[in-house]
Amino acid sequence: MMTPLVMSAYTVVTALGQGLSATLDALRGRRSGLRPCNFEDAAIKTYVGQVEGVDSFTLSHELERFDCRNNRLAWLGLQQDGFTVAAAQAKKRYGAHRVAVILGTSTSGILETEHAYRSRDPQTGALPDWYASRYRYTHNMFSLSHFVRTCLGLRGPATVISTACSSSAKVFATADRFIRAGWCDAAIVGGVDSLCHNTLYGFSALQLMSSTPCRPCDRDRDGLSLGESAGFALLEPTRSAGRRGALALLGYGETTDGFHMSHPHPEGIGAIKAMQASLQRAGLEPQHIDYINLHGTATPANDAVEGKAVSHLFGDRVICSSTKGWTGHTLGAAGITEAVISALCITHAFVPGTLNTSLTDPTLTHRIALENDYRPVERVLSNICGFGGNNCSLIFGRLP
Amino acid sequence: MNVAVNGIGLLAPGLPSWKEGRAILAGTTPYLKQLPPEPTALILPPNERRRSSEVVRWAMCVAQEAMEQAQVDPRDVATVFASSGGETGVLDQLCTTLAAPTRMISPTLFHQSVHNTAAGYWGIATACQQSSTALSCYDCSFVGGLLEAASCAGLEHRSVLLVAYDLPPPTPLYAARPIEVGFAVALVLSPDTLPISQAIISLTLSDDISSQASRVESADLEHMRLTNPAARALPLLTAIGTRSSQTVRLELFDEQRVRIEVSPCP
Repeated sequence: MMTPLVMSAYTVVTALGQGLSATLDALRGRRSGLRPCNFEDAAIKTYVGQVEGVDSFTLSHELERFDCRNNRLAWLGLQQDGFTVAAAQAKKRYGAHRVAVILGTSTSGILETEHAYRSRDPQTGALPDWYASRYRYTHNMFSLSHFVRTCLGLRGPATVISTACSSSAKVFATADRFIRAGWCDAAIVGGVDSLCHNTLYGFSALQLMSSTPCRPCDRDRDGLSLGESAGFALLEPTRSAGRRGALALLGYGETTDGFHMSHPHPEGIGAIKAMQASLQRAGLEPQHIDYINLHGTATPANDAVEGKAVSHLFGDRVICSSTKGWTGHTLGAAGITEAVISALCITHAFVPGTLNTSLTDPTLTHRIALENDYRPVERVLSNICGFGGNNCSLIFGRLP
Repeated sequence: MNVAVNGIGLLAPGLPSWKEGRAILAGTTPYLKQLPPEPTALILPPNERRRSSEVVRWAMCVAQEAMEQAQVDPRDVATVFASSGGETGVLDQLCTTLAAPTRMISPTLFHQSVHNTAAGYWGIATACQQSSTALSCYDCSFVGGLLEAASCAGLEHRSVLLVAYDLPPPTPLYAARPIEVGFAVALVLSPDTLPISQAIISLTLSDDISSQASRVESADLEHMRLTNPAARALPLLTAIGTRSSQTVRLELFDEQRVRIEVSPCP
């Protein structure tokens, strides 16, 4: 059983808006962030959860080298809900070397590389001159944590976890290990993923994308909607930040399917084991969970397999929903996005329904909420399953 | 954090395997700069092998060599895959297609473009359902992977396979990331010292950057260390290869060092 980690500050920016208040308002008001896709010149009939305002500024001065859509989105995230203040306090309290930065992304700033490939020299095929010195600070996976630790003036361990959709769920597990190993005293965790042509055309090629706003767990669901998001959380040990009722990470479980790169294991074995491991680490039984935030991408396979896995452990007792109908699937940022939504459920005694879904798939046997519900929520389990069969379950609750 | 190294895999120019590379790194066999053998990745099922990228085959090759020494069921072993750039060859193909008018990208290529492609293929090949993490720390990706793998092994009392790898990116990307030669290394870390253990490593993190990061003697290998993120493992591999007690210091960005006490196992 793990010692819980206090989530002493957190924030998120998605198509629902910037920060916790905008997110909560959209969830409670059942306003989706999904709109017809008009991202750059992408010619795909789909809906996306695009963040407003990412194009309306650039990173300047010492941050100029990091300027790209992904890092701009990260910067927007850092500005919300006093997060930079909380990070500065942690830096002062523990020391700049003792605060780790552990973030997730699936595609980082690949959009810069996509743009560069459109401007290749017609004779030599070379990428434009501006690109070479920018790759490290934009497209390389590590650029996200490099950017964030530069913004926050942190000098401790840093890493970027990139396991497709589970990236920013697994950061919570790594932060717990780094703190327990004594390599840091606190950690900034989170993740950022932004729209790009690779994921738009890629999911389209895999025929996993809906042409309408996604309908998780619906009888007629026909695929996902992509979104983009930046979310961050400050994790601190209970010995230094614990107080009665504080929001905390209670458990986590990480597994793989060992089955296929893009299809989930048909019986959901990996997802079952991830949920079991998270319960075990939290010292909880299935009946202690009040709400499950599903991965719920709205692809036919994901929702069916995840449903089997959830039913196997929880039967039809626990309320489940997917919030992808609000935000879209934010890929490597889905873990932190749904972690923050889980936190809002606990702090605001609220369970979101499943937006856009009108008729629940009758073959699904877990308890799927379509409408919002207002009720006390003590503990939430959040599920993430990704490419490469990579699963992670997180449990959030309050400290006793 | 103390863990045992129970298996090592290696593939780089002039270092065709750990079996042969160990004596070269220890200085008892001369280093000869030559191309490594083409990795076969026989552990992959035929379909996956046919589709696999060169990056995946390098990663599989060293992972397999390390696991054969460790004498442990791969289904019980968690994995950490560390690479600065991951599937740069696949990304080059996708970005080239996306810059063309039709933009018809291959679904297979797309799912092979993720940073955890090698990790996913290893899991499929071994039917392993343990935790698997793929990460990047740019030039410090090996040491970032080592911290992740050692903390997982030490704190969760389980064997962990660490695989670090980077290959030269294809031509247009090479100008942005000039990694000259390929390098892949795998370590099987275990909380328990066994008769097959090759060394015990003890890791501490230090803010003292007054002492230089460890280097390697051979100019060729030192050049490799400085130009391929995975080759940052060379001072640690050399210390293990010489079977002597040594302290190795690896850079963790500009601000910290990972100090590794290496103790040989009899």
